[in-house]
Amino acid sequence: MNSTFQFLSFSDPNVLFVVLGTMILGASAAIVGCFSFLRKRALVGDAIAHSILPGVCLAFMLTGSKNPLYLIIGAFITGWLSLLLIDGITRTTKLKSDTAIGIILSVFFGVGILLLTSIQHSGNASQAGLDKFLFGKAASLTKDDVYVFGTIALILIAVVILFYKEFKLISFNPDYAKVIGLPVRFLEFMLATITVLAVAVGIQAVGVVLMAALLITPASGARFWTDKLSVMILIATAFGAISGFLGSYISYIAPAMPTGPWIVMCLSVLTIGSIWFAPKTGMLAKYKVQKDNQRKILIENVLKLFYHLGERGSGFNNERSVKDLLATRDLRTKELKRGLRLLKKENWLRKKGNNWLITQSGLNEAKRIIKLHRLWEMYLNQRLKLQPDHVHNDAEAIEHIITPELERQLEKELNYPTKDPHESIIPYAE
Amino acid sequence: MISIETHNLTVSYNRRPVLWNIDFELPTGKIIGIIGPNGSGKTTLLKAIMGLVPTSSGYVKIFDQDLNDVRSRVSYVPQRESVDWDFPASVMDIVLMGRYKKDTLFKRISKADKDLAAEALEKVNMLEYSNRQISQLSGGQQQRVFIARSLAQGADIYIMDEPFVGVDAATEEAILKLLSDMKDEGKTVVVVHHDLQTAKDFFDWIVLLNTRMVAAGPIEEIFNEKLLQEAYGGKLNVLSQVGDLMKEKAFDVRE
Repeated sequence: MNSTFQFLSFSDPNVLFVVLGTMILGASAAIVGCFSFLRKRALVGDAIAHSILPGVCLAFMLTGSKNPLYLIIGAFITGWLSLLLIDGITRTTKLKSDTAIGIILSVFFGVGILLLTSIQHSGNASQAGLDKFLFGKAASLTKDDVYVFGTIALILIAVVILFYKEFKLISFNPDYAKVIGLPVRFLEFMLATITVLAVAVGIQAVGVVLMAALLITPASGARFWTDKLSVMILIATAFGAISGFLGSYISYIAPAMPTGPWIVMCLSVLTIGSIWFAPKTGMLAKYKVQKDNQRKILIENVLKLFYHLGERGSGFNNERSVKDLLATRDLRTKELKRGLRLLKKENWLRKKGNNWLITQSGLNEAKRIIKLHRLWEMYLNQRLKLQPDHVHNDAEAIEHIITPELERQLEKELNYPTKDPHESIIPYAE
Repeated sequence: MISIETHNLTVSYNRRPVLWNIDFELPTGKIIGIIGPNGSGKTTLLKAIMGLVPTSSGYVKIFDQDLNDVRSRVSYVPQRESVDWDFPASVMDIVLMGRYKKDTLFKRISKADKDLAAEALEKVNMLEYSNRQISQLSGGQQQRVFIARSLAQGADIYIMDEPFVGVDAATEEAILKLLSDMKDEGKTVVVVHHDLQTAKDFFDWIVLLNTRMVAAGPIEEIFNEKLLQEAYGGKLNVLSQVGDLMKEKAFDVRE
């Protein structure tokens, strides 16, 4: 608890730098990641991340310094080069973009490791820490780092705001953008530039290997919550920043824990959480829809039993035992009992001793379902030219979903039929 | 007056020409169908006119000018399937894209733009859907949104790629009504279409295409058994073989 307080009070300025740094990195990667995600270029970020390593090593070899600005410039150059090559390979050869990405990623990364190893064995004392690029060095971010990242993040946000509507269009329909005369090549260049920048700085937090997560995960999680691009970008940015904060916090209270991987862990939790819990689009919401459908089908089917028994001559006002009902339709006892309970709650059935009785409102509802069933059979028979013995199973499913609107259309189109293809009477509401 | 002129237009993919020396002049104020079987190069022709694919030879003139000088007067409706409709945008967002221009880079969308977009949506009977997320639209509604985007541009020539494919009867009717209204306003509409059954009723003027141009002219002169047979009777044997050879030997169509 004490350490939580220490963390939140930022009494140690280094903590502040780490928290600010990781939050900025997470947020800027998330913003550009939204466009990579929408342009279906999720893996390009991974390729850039790996291609940045040789640039960092070369910058160090040439300048002999670990100044973040020099390293970012080196990273930027090879990152850009990798993009150009991927583009060139897909345009001029038969190879598709996934292959091109695979080739460029591994070749550049291989060269990077080669250079890194040779630097490490060169005896240069100041090289210590360069290998942090592989896995990130979030825990040791300094004031200078934060200034550099902050500036880059501001540039990046400014570019996105300035070209927001154009970026939106080239992500959705680049051909149309070309046709109306927008400078698509320039816009793509800007988008690629900020992507490389975001990756080049983001690597400082989580390293080459986990960088793709910082770019793509926030966008893919945010997509579940909204259908508006601007909102999606804001949510993704929040995901990135929150994960940066939490990652630093966890590694502060548990010093053995690495910051970068924890940032990615937090991001993953947020995204998996979104996949599960987002309203409407989430797995849970979809599961609930399925459950509701099953419930509706069950109670409507049980209600129909009462109608069928009544129709067979014994009258709608007679009591039914569970045994009678089971004999009418192939239902498991447990399910039937559940259906009966649910129908009682709706006041469509009443219980009398051990027997069950349909109420007036229950009977109206049963008639409605039977009517839909028989109208649909009629429709299949007349419009799809199906034989009467082929229409029942279809109607068993469709009866549960037809809306009052469609019901009226069916009635009209079939001219209010009185009997279904099996000569059963279609019950209309009085 | 001539709306679009193509002069010996040849377009190749991997050096194999998919359009050979297309040469025609289209009138203004007509509904013009580009008709031909699958794979006859109809979409490629539109893309070449709109500058979306490189040409191997020849040129395109619009109102006797280069496309770059008259872009605002030409509007393009791409095939519905050419985009991902799961994109996070509303119907209004998409139609507003028709108001983007080269010189409005940096500028925000104005109230007047929104009014024009709403007007365009109304013309395709989609105004009530303006806040709807585009992934929730039916195929026909998507098509109408694309047409509305193009209308919002306020152009003189409209170039539409297969607007009637996979749409419901209501959409087909709405589009046809719209086309005839546009014609009455003196606009020129060029439509790629592959269904011969309906072609005769939809268009005043047609271009028959099958890698090469078979014929172009007013419908009553062109729409006859002989020319249709020629367009739909398969590719020219020698022409295809030469095309294959050019791809195989990496040979360009111009020296």
